Amino acid sequence: MSSTNTENWMKDIGVVDLTGVGGGSTSAATKITALVVDDDSVNQTIHSKMLENLGIQNQVETIFDLILMDMDMPVMNGIEATRKLREMGVRSIIAGVSTCTRDEREQKEFMEAGLDDFQEKPLTTPKLVSILHKLNKKC
Amino acid sequence: MELGQMQGRLAEFTKSLYMEGILDAQFLQLQQLQDESNPDFVVEVVSLFFEDSEKLLNDIARALDQQSVDFKRVDAHVHQLKGSSASVGAQRVKNACVAFRNCCEEQNVEGCLRCLQQVKQEHYLVKNKLETLFRLEQQIVAAGGSVPMAEMTF
Repeated sequence: MSSTNTENWMKDIGVVDLTGVGGGSTSAATKITALVVDDDSVNQTIHSKMLENLGIQNQVETIFDLILMDMDMPVMNGIEATRKLREMGVRSIIAGVSTCTRDEREQKEFMEAGLDDFQEKPLTTPKLVSILHKLNKKC
Repeated sequence: MELGQMQGRLAEFTKSLYMEGILDAQFLQLQQLQDESNPDFVVEVVSLFFEDSEKLLNDIARALDQQSVDFKRVDAHVHQLKGSSASVGAQRVKNACVAFRNCCEEQNVEGCLRCLQQVKQEHYLVKNKLETLFRLEQQIVAAGGSVPMAEMTF
């Protein structure tokens, strides 16, 4: 990936110290953690790499700043999962990531379940950065 | 073949994949995610895609072979294939899946079987093309050269 683009995105979302105190490093900057929820292993791999390239840790056992939530999953779909997470009091940014649904009602239901943002697949780094801007506003 | 010639051949071949619509800009996104910490990222993701998609195609074929076809199940498989093919930039596979989903909605078995053939054809094509692409890249690296950073300038 163009290192200039990556560096700009990282500064944009605050994972690189802009003040110069930390010498422009990641150590003095915001640490963001994320969880990718997707039943497709190809998407999991790609989304995890996008996050990793932006300096964001994809972890399992932690309180997450960001959850990327797929819509169509076999056991529990994204709408139900989002609703359940909000009922449990989870305050992470939850971004729905799904292929274009033909049913606008379904997308509305997904948002109403408790999403902070929705992006159509395929996810790209600019779309991910746009989601992460919401995180900075919420903080 | 001399290194410069190999690199030229790779560039032309890559260009043809985009011009023919076999790949789209999402493949470029994938290449741009690759870095020194994970130099085989694209090959790994593409291999994973073909592993999963072959299983999905078999599942779809099996589902269409049932006496009473469960079109919802077929549609769910096609939807998943559409998603993952879009994520790796396999544009023609993705488009074939879009058409396939329409047949599922119409609950037309014959139509679905034709769509499955089309998806399999596009899947086979992109698999062969990507194998060639990776082989060309390997030849360049083996000859001591580097594969230029991905960009779409055409």
